[in-house]
Amino acid sequence: MSEGILVSSSPHIRSPEDIGWIMRQVIYALIPGAAVGVYFFGVPAFNVVWVSVVSCIVVEALIQRLMGRPITIRDGSAAVTGLLLAMNLPPGAPWWLVVIGALVAIGLGKQVYGGLGNNPFNPALTARVFLLISFPVEMTTWLVPRPLLVHSADAVTGATPLGAIKTAVFMHGSLASVGHVSIMDLFMGNVGGSLGEVSALALIVGGAYLIYRRIISWHIPVFYIGTVFVMTGIFWLINPGVYANPVFHVFSGGLMLGAFFMATDLVTSPVTVMGKVIFAIGCGVITVVIRLWGGYPEGVSFSILIMNAFVPLINRGTRPVVFGAAR
Amino acid sequence: MLSFRGGIHPPGMKDLVNGRAIESMPLVPLYRVLLQQHIGAPARPVVKAGDVVRKGQVLSEPQGFVSASVHAPTSGKVRGVEECIHPVTGLASPCVVIEADGEDTWVEGLPSELDPFSMEGSELVSMVRSSGIVGMGGATFPTHVKLSPPKDKPIDAFIINGVECEPYLAADHRLMLEEPLRVISGARVVMRILGLSDAVMAIEANKPDAVDVMRREVPGSIRVEVLGVKYPQGAEKQLIKAVLGREVPSGGLPMDVGALVHNAGTCAAIWDACSSGIPLIERVTSVTGSGIREPKNIRVRIGTPLRDVIEFCGGVEEDAVKVIFGGPMMGIAQYSMDVSVTKGTSGVLVLGSRDVDRSSYTSCISCGRCVDACPMGLLPNVLSKLGERSMWEEALSFNLMDCIECGSCAYVCPARRPIVHFIKHMKALSREASAKKRQAV
Repeated sequence: MSEGILVSSSPHIRSPEDIGWIMRQVIYALIPGAAVGVYFFGVPAFNVVWVSVVSCIVVEALIQRLMGRPITIRDGSAAVTGLLLAMNLPPGAPWWLVVIGALVAIGLGKQVYGGLGNNPFNPALTARVFLLISFPVEMTTWLVPRPLLVHSADAVTGATPLGAIKTAVFMHGSLASVGHVSIMDLFMGNVGGSLGEVSALALIVGGAYLIYRRIISWHIPVFYIGTVFVMTGIFWLINPGVYANPVFHVFSGGLMLGAFFMATDLVTSPVTVMGKVIFAIGCGVITVVIRLWGGYPEGVSFSILIMNAFVPLINRGTRPVVFGAAR
Repeated sequence: MLSFRGGIHPPGMKDLVNGRAIESMPLVPLYRVLLQQHIGAPARPVVKAGDVVRKGQVLSEPQGFVSASVHAPTSGKVRGVEECIHPVTGLASPCVVIEADGEDTWVEGLPSELDPFSMEGSELVSMVRSSGIVGMGGATFPTHVKLSPPKDKPIDAFIINGVECEPYLAADHRLMLEEPLRVISGARVVMRILGLSDAVMAIEANKPDAVDVMRREVPGSIRVEVLGVKYPQGAEKQLIKAVLGREVPSGGLPMDVGALVHNAGTCAAIWDACSSGIPLIERVTSVTGSGIREPKNIRVRIGTPLRDVIEFCGGVEEDAVKVIFGGPMMGIAQYSMDVSVTKGTSGVLVLGSRDVDRSSYTSCISCGRCVDACPMGLLPNVLSKLGERSMWEEALSFNLMDCIECGSCAYVCPARRPIVHFIKHMKALSREASAKKRQAV
């Protein structure tokens, strides 16, 4: 018998799946999406990724040191926030923008509330929206995708597909002036947009891995994407001249990234299945409303943050039925 | 396959002992028989220091209906009624200390030859009562109480619980395999007492050999039902739901839905009592875990000191850090080697350093894993946050008292929160408050 005998409450065994394990799985799942971003947007995108991850880890350690709290960067959650932030930024974002984003994400998004688990809003999205409002030009300057091996002297910028249709409808009242957007390009990622949102395929692969590992359940992505599909489909059927088709909507913008990786954030999404379904439908409705009638071409970030605010209410309203409760 | 909602799939770890035949543990020099080995009123000792007792002799009389007596595990001399550490409460508790004489002579008249199938139900119940039988799955509720349902709660379904869903443990498994007739005959006695024409024996699919043996040995009136492997399937309410599809109401008892569950080991004890008058003085238990040198299933006398049990099983490994009475999910960690085996000791688990998670807990990350795992439909995430602040009154509105403390929530918690600990803490605070209120009235 060793020196100390250990006495603690049951259970005496624990699942090996702790927070560190979960965060590692999320990082693995994000790698395909980030890799496609780096493939199409090159060195600038790669720099955004590492600057964001390193900044988030450093900021978390610094804040915890200053506050005299235990330093928890080893749990991997700051790295996940860093990776998600990078994937939500324009691939050509200047380094200082990324650092400000990291400060906001970890500082205002997470640590002010007491760290992991206590934040009501998704930290990476908090930072993205902060930057979008504060630095509108830098946050909407989109690199044109160009496979890594094709050399070019200057980075060329252009619009995102969602931006293009928003402008067309605003300027001309119809989609007629918008050039053809290939669904295959949207699927593979050969379009302008945030670093990690462009390839629906890579994000679906990563999301499927998270579902397979039971880190997330399928309810949020399926109901979120399904709501967007159904709602945009209805308006497309009503007036295809003004409203883009539902397949385009589902595969463009930040929807895949948002539905699989941002709305499913464990901390800021509801705990029950019914709660998740309500949350996801809410995200879908708000996204479509912003995309079709809002001032911004894309509404994923706003919709998730808005629905984050409703999570305590949703949790309250969706308590599971207690075993043996009178019915 | 039949099952219930929620639950978890921890590694079974039963291979350590489920292939080992039951060994009878030889006599030891000293036994400490606790007077409180059951849920309910403590029993009053009827022996004193210096008395000579024989094996099977009554040591205490039950106080009230929900109570149970204890009996001498062997013959010898009573050293006294002393204070010993109770393995469940951890508190000092009165026990009869017996110095064995090594003769192991039965008290007069035992074992006798009885035919329970020609006896009246009430006679059988009083045999069970005088034999000190309690639920041997660990809950230790006096068995005769469960066999005496009030007139307005007729029992129409009887389940023999051979699930043994706790990881590591295989005592019931071995008992069903090696002594199926004791279990079956005990079950038939229960059916006779309650006037039932059929019963269900529930066994999890991870014990196919026990299923085979039972299917071969049971009479037509008992149906063997194989359940999918999931923890906590052996919990009474979950078992009734899985087998019968009935939900015991919140705060209620199985009899409220006409159901009765007895553990396989309890059935065997009922048979011994009703067929030969032998009281509950020994049980089968698994001594297992990475921290024990020779994992075994043992037939051990009630009152045997833990130290002797460990020694019989080759002692502990260098890295042993935790000794648990019961299984890893609901068992109780011991702080002293001076505790003794009780009627409810379904296992003695010794865990090595590598099996024990010592990381400290963090804030809840609201992942909802505990909510999915909870077999009672509770919100363990909320209860743990309330428990952290001792807010037991608020916790009552989150069905604190419905928690069966199965540990599924804490097992899956990635933040390593000691959820069951928080819940037990709040339950204790709540009970304390209601006790105070009663006093004040």
